[in-house]
Amino acid sequence: MDPIAFDIAHMFAGGLVLVSFLLLYQDRLYALLNMFAVQALVLALSVSWQAYIQQAPHLYITAVITLIFKGIVIPYALHRIVARLGIHREVEVVVGAVPTMVAGIALVALSMVVMLRVTQHADALAREDLAFALSVVLLGLLMMVTRNNAVSQVVGFMSLENGLILAATGAKGMPLVVEISIGFSVLIALIVVGIFLFRIRERFDSVDVQALDESRGKGR
Amino acid sequence: MPEIHLVGVAALLTLSVIVLLAGRGRNLTLVVYGCALVISLVLCGGATMRLLMQSPPSSLALPIGLPWLGAHFRIDALSSFFLAIINFGGAAASLYGLGYGRHEREPLRVLPFFPAFLAGMNVVLMADDAFTFLLSWEFMSLASWSLVMAHHREADNIRAGLVNIVMAGIGAFALLLAFGVLAGPDGFYAFADMRTHAPAPLAAAAVLALVLFGAGSKAGLVPLHVWLPLAHPAAPSHVSALMSGVMTKVAVYAFIRVAFDLLGPPAWWWGVPVLILGAATAVIGVLFALVHTDLKRILAYSTIENIGIIFVALGLSLGFLASGFAAAAALAMTAALFHVLNHSLFKSLLFFGAGAVITATGSREIGQLGGLLNRMPATGLFMLVGCAAISALPPLNGFASEWLAFQAILLSPSLPSWALKLLTPAAGAMLALAAALAGACFVRLFGIAFLGRPRTITSAKAVEVDRFSLTAMGGLACLCLLAGIFPGQVIDALAPVARATTGAAMHPQAAMPWLSIAPIAESRSSYDGLLVFVFIVSSALLAAFIVHRLASNALRRAPAWDCGFPDADPITQYSAESFAQPVRRVFSSFAFRARAQVDMPPPGDLRPASYTVEWVDLSWAVFYRPVVAAVAKMAYWMNRMQYLTIRQYLSLVFAALVFLLLVLASWA
Repeated sequence: MDPIAFDIAHMFAGGLVLVSFLLLYQDRLYALLNMFAVQALVLALSVSWQAYIQQAPHLYITAVITLIFKGIVIPYALHRIVARLGIHREVEVVVGAVPTMVAGIALVALSMVVMLRVTQHADALAREDLAFALSVVLLGLLMMVTRNNAVSQVVGFMSLENGLILAATGAKGMPLVVEISIGFSVLIALIVVGIFLFRIRERFDSVDVQALDESRGKGR
Repeated sequence: MPEIHLVGVAALLTLSVIVLLAGRGRNLTLVVYGCALVISLVLCGGATMRLLMQSPPSSLALPIGLPWLGAHFRIDALSSFFLAIINFGGAAASLYGLGYGRHEREPLRVLPFFPAFLAGMNVVLMADDAFTFLLSWEFMSLASWSLVMAHHREADNIRAGLVNIVMAGIGAFALLLAFGVLAGPDGFYAFADMRTHAPAPLAAAAVLALVLFGAGSKAGLVPLHVWLPLAHPAAPSHVSALMSGVMTKVAVYAFIRVAFDLLGPPAWWWGVPVLILGAATAVIGVLFALVHTDLKRILAYSTIENIGIIFVALGLSLGFLASGFAAAAALAMTAALFHVLNHSLFKSLLFFGAGAVITATGSREIGQLGGLLNRMPATGLFMLVGCAAISALPPLNGFASEWLAFQAILLSPSLPSWALKLLTPAAGAMLALAAALAGACFVRLFGIAFLGRPRTITSAKAVEVDRFSLTAMGGLACLCLLAGIFPGQVIDALAPVARATTGAAMHPQAAMPWLSIAPIAESRSSYDGLLVFVFIVSSALLAAFIVHRLASNALRRAPAWDCGFPDADPITQYSAESFAQPVRRVFSSFAFRARAQVDMPPPGDLRPASYTVEWVDLSWAVFYRPVVAAVAKMAYWMNRMQYLTIRQYLSLVFAALVFLLLVLASWA
């Protein structure tokens, strides 16, 4: 393979991991949503680069879907939700930034070790791609675990899903229908979550999921 | 040849389904047991023919079951022997059920499961891959559980069913693991592949332990026996006969199949745990048989004892085989198989007799019976034959097989390993103790229930049972006698099985003069069942003649009006508890933890005096209570998992994922 093409693909995938770290670091909601849009943009670039080097035109469709839904529609919708809920000033700290960052670095190291060891016989590009994709998935999960605000958890979930798309495009021969259906399932998840957020807010005057636990009577 | 058997199995299953669909017909009982009788007889005949003609193994693969595996069936000498036994037991139980089944209050709780139970046992014996084996094993367990729960409204039966199904599940799980280890990382689930891939020594040890656990829990090895005396008596009597006489044999088959066939050449120590467990099982089983007063529970505990005897012989066979004494291994194996046959005969007979007693008197407590021999002479005679056979009295079959087992034990000084050399005589001593106690146990059972005078009105008014039941019992009693008089023929019939499992066989016995048998050499020891039979019959006739001729005519002086019974109240007769009391005392510390309490009111107090005895099965306290407590504690602890927050749940998933990745990363 052309070393330049490989390096560029490598760069985009690495960029996705970097943006995941930025997401982890953000504790304000608007900044978080903007960063999520940036991640979607990087993902769209990465996917279209894959489409170019694999000569797989259907991946362009995936890239466009990613860009439109994740880069524009979802961040815009979440922006409006945050504005209407009036929680744009909220700052949340459950786990401090430094421990989160350290945990994130450890997770990236772990996924590198696992993936490079497991995929010894795959081609180099797929190996790197899978390792980065697993890092993004783990960082997304870490974000869901370390945040209390429902909106941040949704963003964590969606960034996790970005990692899946990255893995899927890195592996050759993934049918288009799978990617499209993943895209739509995320959109539906957004709608459900949006409705849910308003319902939670109606009930509890907060989108802090701890309010749910208190209402349930935690640790009975 | 497996085709014919599979057709029979399919017929049995169809019968079950038809009963389920047909619901209540008037002659349903007759139809079901009649069809089951015919099918079982055909299958038994086929299997016996194969055994006697020494046909080579034949196998069959059907494209059902797991997609890449299919279902493999194979009938070799070992399977045909056990097929003959279980189908004969099935036929006898069906014949008995033709009469006994009419007393069933809710026949639809029994009828659909009876043929299914028979079918399940048949498939276990034919299975030639792990999947088919485990599937049919579980099917058999479930069918037997349904039959145990047939009388679910009676007290204690729910608990019996629960313990039964829990133990069956654990046992099947152990077998599953055993087959998993046998199949190895490449997944050779067909037995044919397992035979060619002998596992490494450590894996073989694990398989042996697991199969001892799995098959032992079904067979009733101590301490896995606790479900058996609860569940076997809970079923209707002909099903109890099947479970005790036949289903435990399927478990023995599973052990032989794995330990002698699939597991490759044995190591010297394999026999040791089998011997120890077998000897402990024999003694503990008969001790409890001796103290219980419930007729069917006594029989169930005696099943445990007999399983112990069989396992001692099997352990001995393993020991001899590992030391290269193929002929001695064949002798021990033949003893085990002979005892399998005998136990299936006389245990079925005794359970049928117990069913007849229950039908006639409505009671299972032997303390409420008495004098039944006068009211039910035929049942009494057959029970007497069964009791004598299970007590290993010559000339009946129980003596022949136990004698063979002792002959094998007497060969133990030639073993090279000191552990076996010292252990085997100890196991032999335990067997001798068990045999003596079994004699006491069945003297007590027969004496209390059938001799003396009736203790209750119901037993005084008992009437003889129907012809079908009597035919089934009579046939089995005749077979007990025949197998005892012609042991040489039975041993010769077992030769192909012994050859298939141990690579050698006992030398032909049928050629010996006067029907005698000599397992090792005629100069060393020989036994002639016919001679003993003739001697016993002639001396008994002579004694009877002399007593009637001389003693009856002699002048006797006695009180005038009490007809030989100085005390009129039948309750003053020797009771079941009093008969068991010496044994209960002697063994109270380590086997029973028995506590007797005498409550003697002081003079002037009007309340009645009482004498209560309590005892527990120590294996409950030692093996089961701690496990139950640990499970309860863990369940309580796990209960907290119900009340985590969303984030904590997510963290759990996350931690599990990271943990698995770490395992993957650190994998060599």
